[in-house]
Amino acid sequence: MTQVSDAPARTRAQISERTLRKDRWWQAPVVVVTLLTIWLTYATVRVFTGHWYYVPKYHYLTPFYSPCVSGECVPGSSTLGHWIPAIPPIIPYAFVSLVFVLGFRLTCYYYRRAYYRAFWQSPPSCAVREPHAKYTGETRFPLIMQNLHRYFFYVVIVISVLNTWDVAQAFRGPDGNFGFGLGSLIMLANVVLLWCYTLSCHSCRHITGGRLKHFSRHPIRYWAWTKVSWLNARHMQLAWTTLGTLMLTDLYIMLVASGAISDLRFFN
Amino acid sequence: MGYMAALKVWRGDAGSGALTDYKVEVNEGEVVLDVLHRLQATQAGDLALRWNCKAGKCGSCSMEINGRPRLGCMTRMSTFDPADTLTITPMRTFPVIRDLVTDVSFNYAKARSIPSFTPDPSIKPGEFRMQQEDVNRSQEFRKCIECYLCQNTCHVIRDHAENEAPFAGPRFLMRVAELEMHPCDEADRRDIAQDDFGLGYCNITKCCTEVCPEHIKITDNALIPLKERVAGHKYDPLVWLGSKISRRPAKAGTPAVPGKR
Ligand code: SF4
Ligand code: SF4
Ligand code: FES
Ligand code: FES
Repeated sequence: MTQVSDAPARTRAQISERTLRKDRWWQAPVVVVTLLTIWLTYATVRVFTGHWYYVPKYHYLTPFYSPCVSGECVPGSSTLGHWIPAIPPIIPYAFVSLVFVLGFRLTCYYYRRAYYRAFWQSPPSCAVREPHAKYTGETRFPLIMQNLHRYFFYVVIVISVLNTWDVAQAFRGPDGNFGFGLGSLIMLANVVLLWCYTLSCHSCRHITGGRLKHFSRHPIRYWAWTKVSWLNARHMQLAWTTLGTLMLTDLYIMLVASGAISDLRFFN
Repeated sequence: MGYMAALKVWRGDAGSGALTDYKVEVNEGEVVLDVLHRLQATQAGDLALRWNCKAGKCGSCSMEINGRPRLGCMTRMSTFDPADTLTITPMRTFPVIRDLVTDVSFNYAKARSIPSFTPDPSIKPGEFRMQQEDVNRSQEFRKCIECYLCQNTCHVIRDHAENEAPFAGPRFLMRVAELEMHPCDEADRRDIAQDDFGLGYCNITKCCTEVCPEHIKITDNALIPLKERVAGHKYDPLVWLGSKISRRPAKAGTPAVPGKR
């Protein structure tokens, strides 16, 4: 076939509307912004409060103050000892863990999706034009740092062990023997869900088995990968549930520690 | 029970066009493609649209219905309120040939740029042995019907045409992931995934997954695992340090991207 002339230049359909969607596509971003803002405000206020984080009688320590490494921490609350005599009030007592927990959630693949969409509007919803003139995604600094997510994962595994230890302490009654109350159960539920969230991480899925080409040659890792994959499919739900349980656990301990309510004891 | 549906259909070519109003009869059990065919048969004989199977398997009838990228043959009219006006436009990301028909050759060019299956040369045809669990992941990706709705919806190119060169799009990053996970493929595509196919542009906002008519978990099962593989290879400080200290040469086996100098 002989081509005699070039085909006319083809361009995209010029449609000026940002989107022709008629459903409530703006609803999800609004909900995400609202919930994350409420949570961040609550958590910020709490980590800087500096009191009502420990119930000495029942050994309840809120996850927001674990490990309590400042010399000012109330007696009994410092599992890992006091690392420094006192810290200025602009630094939370548990800064060692909070940095990593925050970094873990900030670089989490699910939260990235949530805040890129809701806060950065990139895109606000599918097939809705984003407001930015240029887009480079995660190809350059600072967003290229998201690739370090797995390091936060490693550290958060250690922090989860510490949180588990804190829960074990919460199962000691006032006399030091076994005993538990509603607070212990709330802390237990919280830590179980935190483990589920942490283990459902995409980096965890990669490390346990996702990086392999041959599952058949690594049956144990393959088995672990299938379990992590099952959890991973629920990663979004776990991300939100754990925000809720973290807030609830902290709130309950705050109320008991401040004397506003007394713990409902089931045994000892 | 039939009714008359109000339709706004984008008509035009080479980028200039407009939404045109029609009233078309709708019968029970019909899909959007049926109604467009009736429009073509009764009122707009020159309406251009692509279709083939009417069964959601050929990937030809991709369009945007009320702003949502969908297959015309898999979108039931019963999901809309009979009183509503249905807006039907071509896919926005690809150049329009005419009316609802777009030129999707961008996708074919991207497909050709991916270095193909590279097995161990000593294995003869007929000697490949794979276990089912080794190919489960790839088989999910092979469900793709090449409708390119994911490519059309991905904001990286939909909203930023300038990224068409550096970014291959979800469908083809998924192809790279498929080969990376293939038990008999020997090539290492982690460098080119990032450098030539633009994996870093994807911000995992999951619109490709949301629109895929085959319900392939593109983001969770292909793009994020590929990002994790690239992170381990290119952005892991320990791996980087190891490569600086050891005198082992960098791993051979990164295939060249065709047509790239
Ligand atoms: S997840 Fe990535 S590839 Fe898929 S639509 Fe979003 S940015 Fe594009
Ligand atoms: S991955 Fe899904 S949306 Fe993308 S081309 Fe294939 S079938 Fe279509
Ligand atoms: S914690 Fe969400 S992906 Fe790792
Ligand atoms: S006509 Fe084949 S997918 Fe719609």
